[in-house]
Amino acid sequence: MSTNIPEVGLSTTAERQAVTGRAGIAPGEDWVIVTRGIKRDYDMGGEVVHALRGVDLAVRRNEYVAIMGPSGSGKSTLMNVIGCLDTPNAGEYWLNGELVSTKKDDELARVRNREIGFVFQTFNLLPRATALHNVELPLVYAGVSSAERRQRAIDALERVQLADRMDHRPNELSGGQRQRVAIARALVNRPAILLADEPTGNLDSQTSEEIMRVFEELANTGQTVIMVTHESDIAAHARRVVVLRDGRIASDERRDAFVEKVGAGAI
Amino acid sequence: MSLFESIRLAIAQIRAQKLKSFFTLLGVTLGVMFLIAVVSIVQGMGNYMEDAFAGKFLGVNTFTVRRFPDFNMGDVTEAEWRSWQRRPYITVADGDAIRAVIPDSTQWSLLDMDWTTPQSRYVNGGPQVLTEAASPSFFAIKNLTVTEGRAFTELEDQLGSPVVVIGTDVADHYFPNLDPIGKELRIEGLPFRVIGLLEKQGSAFGLSLDRQMIAPFHSPMSRFIGHHDRVYGVMVKAQNPAAMTDLQGTVSELMRRRHKLRPEQPNDFVLESSASALTQWEVIKGILVKAGVVLPAIGLVVGAIVIMNIMLVAVAERTREIGIRKSLGARRRDILSQFLVEAATLSTAGAALGIGLGFGLSRAIAALSPLPTSVALWSVIVSVVLGAGVGIAAGLYPASRASRLDPIAALRAE
Repeated sequence: MSTNIPEVGLSTTAERQAVTGRAGIAPGEDWVIVTRGIKRDYDMGGEVVHALRGVDLAVRRNEYVAIMGPSGSGKSTLMNVIGCLDTPNAGEYWLNGELVSTKKDDELARVRNREIGFVFQTFNLLPRATALHNVELPLVYAGVSSAERRQRAIDALERVQLADRMDHRPNELSGGQRQRVAIARALVNRPAILLADEPTGNLDSQTSEEIMRVFEELANTGQTVIMVTHESDIAAHARRVVVLRDGRIASDERRDAFVEKVGAGAI
Repeated sequence: MSLFESIRLAIAQIRAQKLKSFFTLLGVTLGVMFLIAVVSIVQGMGNYMEDAFAGKFLGVNTFTVRRFPDFNMGDVTEAEWRSWQRRPYITVADGDAIRAVIPDSTQWSLLDMDWTTPQSRYVNGGPQVLTEAASPSFFAIKNLTVTEGRAFTELEDQLGSPVVVIGTDVADHYFPNLDPIGKELRIEGLPFRVIGLLEKQGSAFGLSLDRQMIAPFHSPMSRFIGHHDRVYGVMVKAQNPAAMTDLQGTVSELMRRRHKLRPEQPNDFVLESSASALTQWEVIKGILVKAGVVLPAIGLVVGAIVIMNIMLVAVAERTREIGIRKSLGARRRDILSQFLVEAATLSTAGAALGIGLGFGLSRAIAALSPLPTSVALWSVIVSVVLGAGVGIAAGLYPASRASRLDPIAALRAE
């Protein structure tokens, strides 16, 4: 693992507490994600499950954050809320300076389209569409003209070194290539955050490293990356690790502190 | 997403699942096919009727002055029939009077007709033949062409010469393998000389138009088939439809005067033309066209139900795709329009296929039956509109279900 990861730009605990503590006030523009007291309950056949019990999370622009936790910790729910696929029952969520926790369906669709680039564990590419067309999809919904769409999709595929495979369908690509197509799709509309959900969950360790290198480069070029994972060695690639337990943030620290703890068998 | 984009996506989807798409289309295709075919048959029947009446029985731009209508397809009440029987006969004198008031350029013919069984020395017995006694202009009025020999002349009519022009069926039967011209044909025992052979005409309403023969009105023929000075009718042919209206006015006025009708009394004669005979047909045609639209509409309803089902299955199968699209920023209306356009494209394609098959069926019927079917443009337009409409109606519910899917649940679907 490389040791020269720039730690500059990482937010401090005090800064985060300051920004999450000011309820109802729009955070400064260097904060991409600010959640204040996010709660999310599910009604599971009469029994209420508290998936999130009050999450205060702040992510500054250009941070590379891993969200960890065992299953049932609420990390999937948090990722759905951050990804604007779900809305919280209580609390506020500011994304890129915009209060999105009160938005309705179609407005959330617009936010997902503009601000969020998803990378999923199962890639979630359209099986009958070519790599190029898959990457173009977010631009289709953004209303970009077809010529510009094509050019931007090719550019995005070039960033993940797959321009030569743009006419292939997903089943003609390896797992790592599929995930890189998915990353190109996530980046094509220049989102505020890249949101990855277990991005290496379906890949072997060598390919996982390859994908992690792509994330590393993106982070180095200024892309804000949020990665949800339950594997501590994958989480250790991020510069900051947030651990969730029972719907609350259990710890939120720099990577080196986290690695130390993992090494000590604390996780 | 633009409409063009949606249609392209829909076509790709249809091409990806050709067989399934075909079965989905089937209902709409069959509905449209029968719509096109039935309308073309009705149209063909109409053309056939008009052609038969106008061209073969009653003549183009021609009317026949008669006691009561001969070609009548409507129901005639008992009272009506009895009142017709009390009407005065049309006479030869009426015919001459009509001839006196119409312009010289107008063609005119007295006409009597009946069925007789002629005899020839070349064959024993034979079929009945429609036997007509008419003026020389009759050939021109009915558009009859004499291919061999000649028609009779004005002089022969005045002299009452026993000459006859026969149809091809008559020639074939009574003069087998012989040239009939100049030969003798006995009608009601009297010898007639065959002077002409009519061009083959085929049949109308199952009646052979070639089994007829025509003799001069003043020949002995009218004594057998007519009743003293009464005639079957007096035929008048105008040069064009406008002139025909004028002529009908003139002749009607004359006949009313001759029958001494007071202004408030209705006509006690008819001026029968193909148009008057076809009024009843128009009513029947209206009913047939309605049936021709309503029955295939049932097929379209079935087609709509099939499309709705297939679309529901498609939505279920493509739940994950919907989830992916939503996660990438597709709004409800994007998903809604995607599935609506897909359903509409599917059923419009079905309609297009149905139009093609309908054309084919119509052609096949025209080739295999005497009906001159013709596809009506309006039925094609109705088909396309119905096709798209059925698709949109059938796609609405599945598409709205797809658009309301929860993206998280949809992404988790297998």
